[in-house]
This record gives sequence, C-alpha cells and structure tokens, in this order.
Amino acid sequence: MRDELRMLEEAIGKITAKAREFGLDFYDMYFEICPADVIYTFGAYGMPTRFAHWTFGKAYHKMKTMYDYNLSRIYELVINSDPCYAFLLEGNSLIQNKMVVAHVLAHCDFFKNNVHFQKTAKYMVESMASAAQRFREYEHKYGRDRVEAFLDAVISLQEHVDPYHHYGGSGRSQKDQPPGPKSCCGDKGCSTSCHERKETPYDDLWALDNLGKECPGRKEEAKIKKIPASPQKDLLLFLMEHARDLEDWQRDVISVVRQEMLYFWPQLETKIMNEGWATYWHLRIMREIDLTEEETVEFAKMHAGVIQPSCFRLNPYYVGLKIFEDIEKRWERPSKEEKERFGRPGGEGKKKIFEVRELENDISFLRNYLTKELIEELDLYLYKKQGYEWKIVEKDWEKVRDEIVVSLTNGGFPYIVVEDGDFSKRGELYLRHCYEGRELDVFYLEKTLPYVYRLWGRTVHLETVLDGKKVLFTFNGEKVGKKFI
Amino acid sequence: MSGKYIVSREDWSLHRKGELDRQRHREKVKEAIKKNLADVVSEESIIMSDGDKVIRVPIRTLDEYHFRYDQGKQKHAGQGDGKSKVGDVLAQEPQAKGGSGKGAGEEPGVDYYEAEITIDELAEMIFEDLGLPDLKPKKKPELVSNAVEFKDVRKKGISSNIDRKRTIFEAIKRNALKGKPGLAKITPDDLRFKTWDLTQKQESNAVVLAMMDTSGSMGPYEKYIARSFFFWMVRFLRTRYQNVQIVFLAHHVEAKETTEEEFFTKGASGGTRCSSVYRLALEIIEKRFNPQDYNIYAFHFSDGDNLAADNETCLRLVKELLKVCNLVGYGEIEGPYYYTSTLRSTYKRINDPKFIVVTIKDKTGVYPALKKFFTPAGDRLPVNIQ
Repeated sequence: MRDELRMLEEAIGKITAKAREFGLDFYDMYFEICPADVIYTFGAYGMPTRFAHWTFGKAYHKMKTMYDYNLSRIYELVINSDPCYAFLLEGNSLIQNKMVVAHVLAHCDFFKNNVHFQKTAKYMVESMASAAQRFREYEHKYGRDRVEAFLDAVISLQEHVDPYHHYGGSGRSQKDQPPGPKSCCGDKGCSTSCHERKETPYDDLWALDNLGKECPGRKEEAKIKKIPASPQKDLLLFLMEHARDLEDWQRDVISVVRQEMLYFWPQLETKIMNEGWATYWHLRIMREIDLTEEETVEFAKMHAGVIQPSCFRLNPYYVGLKIFEDIEKRWERPSKEEKERFGRPGGEGKKKIFEVRELENDISFLRNYLTKELIEELDLYLYKKQGYEWKIVEKDWEKVRDEIVVSLTNGGFPYIVVEDGDFSKRGELYLRHCYEGRELDVFYLEKTLPYVYRLWGRTVHLETVLDGKKVLFTFNGEKVGKKFI
Repeated sequence: MSGKYIVSREDWSLHRKGELDRQRHREKVKEAIKKNLADVVSEESIIMSDGDKVIRVPIRTLDEYHFRYDQGKQKHAGQGDGKSKVGDVLAQEPQAKGGSGKGAGEEPGVDYYEAEITIDELAEMIFEDLGLPDLKPKKKPELVSNAVEFKDVRKKGISSNIDRKRTIFEAIKRNALKGKPGLAKITPDDLRFKTWDLTQKQESNAVVLAMMDTSGSMGPYEKYIARSFFFWMVRFLRTRYQNVQIVFLAHHVEAKETTEEEFFTKGASGGTRCSSVYRLALEIIEKRFNPQDYNIYAFHFSDGDNLAADNETCLRLVKELLKVCNLVGYGEIEGPYYYTSTLRSTYKRINDPKFIVVTIKDKTGVYPALKKFFTPAGDRLPVNIQ
C-alpha cells in the first residue's frame, strides 16, 4: 500500500513536470484516493460537500448500480476549485492513474484559463459545505418534508438562471432573445423606441435621463411600474426577490441552488471542449513518458474506451479531441489555400489551441472549428424518430453542425423569461418561452408549472408555441389550463 | 507558484451521504407505489408471474420534472462508422430506450422511472391497510387442539411402540464394534422406542371458496379481473394463516370443482345459474370443512347476468352460506355491455355485515375491492356496502 502510494506520487511528479513543460497552467493539485461508493457519491452530487436531496440519491443509485454490474466506471472526478481537488478511484492500476492524472491536469488548466470560468467561485467546496449545513438546520427547524418539498420545486427550475448576469444583467437577456414581432415587453409596456437605445453597458445613464418623461407615447401606461422592467431570464433570482410569501430560509434555499447552478454552468457549456482538451493532453503526455510494453497496451485500451463513438450521441471526448487535433494541424501546417486566403503563416498550432481553450465555449468551438472535412471524417449525422424507428435524416454538414449548435444553446434548456410579475394586476406570474422552432414537452410542462406555483404562491402562466400557434398554460393551484392566444 | 501537488488517502468509511439519500429515494419510491396501488395491483406482469420475481413498477411522480424540449420532435446528433447514410435505421422503438440519455424518452410516457421491487415487498404494502374481518372471536379458543406427534426416539417406552428398524441398527452397530459383523442377538440395551410429544396446536386454517362464473358472457377480461383479485386474496390470506386451502368452483348452469389452472384458463359457455355454485359450496363445506375448525371465506365473481328465475334461490343460498362463513363476498364485474344486473339488485335485500358486494369496472377497481372485502371488522359499517 505504502509502496503503491509512493510510486503514484513519483509518477505524478513526472507527469506534472511534463505537463508544465507543455505549457499547461494549473492550480495546486490535491489528489485523493477514494473507494468507489465515495467517488460515485461525488459524481451524483457534483461536489462532495453538496446538500442532501433524494434526486442525488437516485442518481447515485443509478451510477453505483452501473458500476456494480461493471457497465461503467468513473476513473476520476475533478473539482473546479483552487487548490484543485481530484479524486482517483481506489483500485485504479498505476497506469490507469497515470492517464487519469494527465487528464485531470488538463481539466484544471482549462478551469483556470478558459474565459467562461473566470467568474466561477473557486471556494465552492467550502460554500457548498456551509449551505448543506444550513439546510440541515432548516430541516431540524421546519421539518424534513417541508424542506424537501421546497427543494423539489426549486430544483425543477434550477436551469433557469442567467449565466451572463455578470455581463450587464437583465439588459443582456434582452439581446439574447430572438428577434420577433414581439420583443421583450413589446406591446404591453413601453414602446420599442426605449429599447433601441439599450445597447451599451451605460443603459443606466439613459434611465436617469428618462426619469419623469418615460415613453412619451404612452404616458399613462408607462407610469405603472412594471415588474420586471424588462423580461428577466433569471427565474430563480426573480422568485427569490419577488415571491411574496417566502420565508427567509426559503429565499436562502433558492439563492444556494442558484449559486450552485451558476457555478456548474460553464461546465455544461464547455463539455466537449473540456473533455477534448483533457483527452488531447493525456494522449500527448502519455506519449512522452516511459511506459513498459504492458502499460502501453493497457493505456491504448483505456484510451480507446474513452473515445469510443456512439451512434446515438456525440462522444465529447472524441469529438473534442478530433477538433483540437484538427485545429493544431491546420495552424501548424496550413494548406496552400489557408495560407493565401487567411494569411496563416504556419507553425502556430500550439499557440492556436491554447488560444481556443482560453476563448471559446462549445457553441463557438463547434461553430468555428467543426469543419466540413471533420464532419465527414467523423461521419456525423442527425437522426429523428419517425414512427417507431429512429432514422438518420440529415447528413449535410452545415445542417448537422448548425443543429448541434442549436441543441447546445442555453445549455440545451429552453429559454424562458419572466415577462410580468403582476399579470392582470392580480400578482400573477407570467413566464414566456422564447420559442425558436423547438416545442416544449407538454407533459413535463404541465407537471412543472405546479412547482412554479409552489414558489410564487399565486397563479402562474407560461406562454409558448405549439403547432405554430401561441399557447398559454395556466396553473391556478388546482389544475393546469391551456388556451390559444 | 502554483502547480504543487499532494496525494492522500483518507478513511472514507464514515462517508454515508450517498447511501442516506439513496435510502430516502427508496422510501419515496415506496410511498409512490403505495399511492398507486390501484394501478399496480392489477399489473399483468405481477399477476401472471410465479410470485417470486422482481417486478418493475413505473413511477411517474419521481420523475424530475422541469421545462424541457419535446424529445420526439427533435433531431439528435450521432456518429456513424463511416458508411452511414440518410434513411439508415438506428433503432426501433424498444431498443431505442437502451440507447442513451438522448435517444431515449422520445415522448412523454416512455422515459419514466421504473422502480424494482419484489412481490413480497409489494404485498406487504398492499396488505398494510387490510385486515381480516374477524367476525367470530369466540371461535378462537375452540381452535386450539391437542395434537399427538411422534417425533422422538428413546431407550425406554412401551413395547407396542418399539422402533424395530432402529433397534436392529443398534444391534448391528454393537456387534460390529466387537468385530462380529451381522445381526446376532438383540439385547435389552438395543431396544429403541418411539415416543410422542403432546403439542398444543393452533388450528388456524382457512379455506377460500373461489367461485367464478364461466358462462359465455365472462370474457378473458372479466376473468383477468377475477384472477387479479384471487391472486392477492390468496397471498393475503397466506400471510395471516399457516394453511390456506383454496377450492376452485366454476359454474355456468351447473357448478363443478376444478383445478386452479382450469379455473383460470378454461372457457365455458352457456347460460348462468348462480345457485348451482352456492349449492356446491354448501355441500363442500358440509363434507370437508367444519366451520368450527375453518375460517371460511367465500367469494363469487360474476357479471351478474343470472337467470332471472334463479335469483330467489341464490338469495336463500347466500343466506345459508352466511351462516357458516366468516365472509361472503360478491364481486360483480361490469362488462362493457351490461348495464342492469338482476343479481346485484336482488342481493341488496341482504343486510348482513358479513356480506359484501363490490362492483368492479376496470383493472383499477381490484385494489378498492380488496380493501372493501378485507376491512377489519371494527371499521366496517354494518350495512351492505356497495
């Protein structure tokens, strides 16, 4: 045992040195070897110190069962924190751990340098622990069932935060909306002319200017203060601030779930890049360190397992790796055309991939670098359900690329905004789904609205589009109603 | 500068978080199943199983609902082996489920959570609220009887109880030890006697008379409902009694005793004369099951389409049955075609707390029927419940 640990330490020393030589830039690393049930717990919770909830228990059960039946295996888990925690599965062989360490170092480099992670809290391990502690106290004080039921509701809305709130708050959420005949408050609030100006980070100055003479065209209506002033994407924030009947502990619960989602969000948005980056580097580093013949074979086997493609989804490890390799190649040894058209001098492969890892997220990464040649080489396609069969329906590279990008937009979740917190002047909540051609799952919608109601405490509405027609779903505390508008 | 590292290995044996929440999830699964018992009870996979296997129960309430896109109307990306082309079929409905997170769940109602549970666990939940209508508490002392059981062998005893086989074994053994194999003389020391023990035995026997109408009008659907009911009833009684005998009686115009298999599988035809089965039941009780020794439960399932002239006789015979049974239940399965039932309205005239009538319209009616039949005596209203 001692011996094993010593050998692992030695190997880690070599690998970190090699990684640094390659230019990877990571936080101090804290490696911890854990038994399977602990690793799987962390996997299910996303963080070792997170609050307790049955949904995590459900996820844990699923993952652990897969592991017990030898169907899947998590080799490692890495936490975006400073110092960076990495958990290695007890029972990994030395060579497995070597690959895992190389992989983890690249993840850590990504966390530290990718621009989308710049605003994530690096002390989340501790703040999640203290939140979990507070939740436990709430359970003692208000009863487990009450806290749990409340959490059920908050979790059902957890994806509805504004990950870009750092960059201009609600003004940003307007810009993100698809241009449509009815943009933001549209015909209800003030006239569109107000919004044309709201383009800069200095909006607040215009607001000062408008004091007392808002929207000249509609004086009377404009006087009524609208909440929110413009559509707000951050449902959790809105509920936390404006739901009238919540108690302090409930606002705290919403705030915690929101903060944790904001912390995890960049990971959702960079899954392909982050895994591709880590895979690229474990491959690179492992090539450089001395391996015995046996180790080489085992490493090759493991690596092949990681990049195994699937006909039902994109394997982020594989697709990400291929794109990074392709970028490196095209900037290192550009084709004649690339040289002439884009003025690419060549020899800049490494510089370019480091730049990409710093600036992009999955959406821009795929949009900019998933080329026609790559899509053909990877044999990517789109499939769809037709009758009782799942069939390939599209192979045109641009359509494939665009559809993938669309499916990743907003983390893959529907974009929903709070339109009005005092709808019909009855304190009702009016949400609007920003429809972009993809319909919502009506069954799920009807089951989720009651959760929104539980938080808001009054009738809630959600506007969306079905079969090309605008529909308003309403839950009044008893049943869900639906009408075309 | 950063880039330092530490490797450590702690004692994680006290880390129980995942297990605790897993437990909580499990509890919620059970709660959810309990709330859905009416649907679960008549699940075909359970009723048709042998009784020991793990069953999968769909649970919709434990889905993690959130706003999401309609998966069935979306296109998803996948990766081929280099030869894929438009029109290739990746999977058909059943396989698609196993594909992946994205491929699965193309429409609401398919990707729900399924809990695994054994039939015993399920039975425990179902029976939690059920009790036996213990209508004759005075009977209990009489049920205790002295039983003589030969189950010991001793060296002393009365000669009529000599255990010859063991005695001879002893003799052979003794001789063999002395080096003289074979049977020579039997000495008094070799003698072995069978001895009895006196035990007080609780005669908690129950007999169920399962009576079913197999006339032409009882289709497979009606039989299935009757079968679901009998399945749980038998299981339930077995948890309460050491020994439950079930007598299957099928009838149309005439009644006869059948095997369990025949009872559920054999179709019959013809008209219906319910009195025939009651008469047979009474005969069997008289011959084989003394009401002093047995808790007798008689259940009759029919679609109520009885010969009108027979109803008065049925009424009289049911009253007879009530004298000897702990409980007489009449379950009427309302098929899609029958709206009026002569038999059920006739039974409205019986006013005895031991007689219970239920009407079952569909599969979900089985559980309420169970509950109605097996409500502990104290909880029941003394009138004909319907």
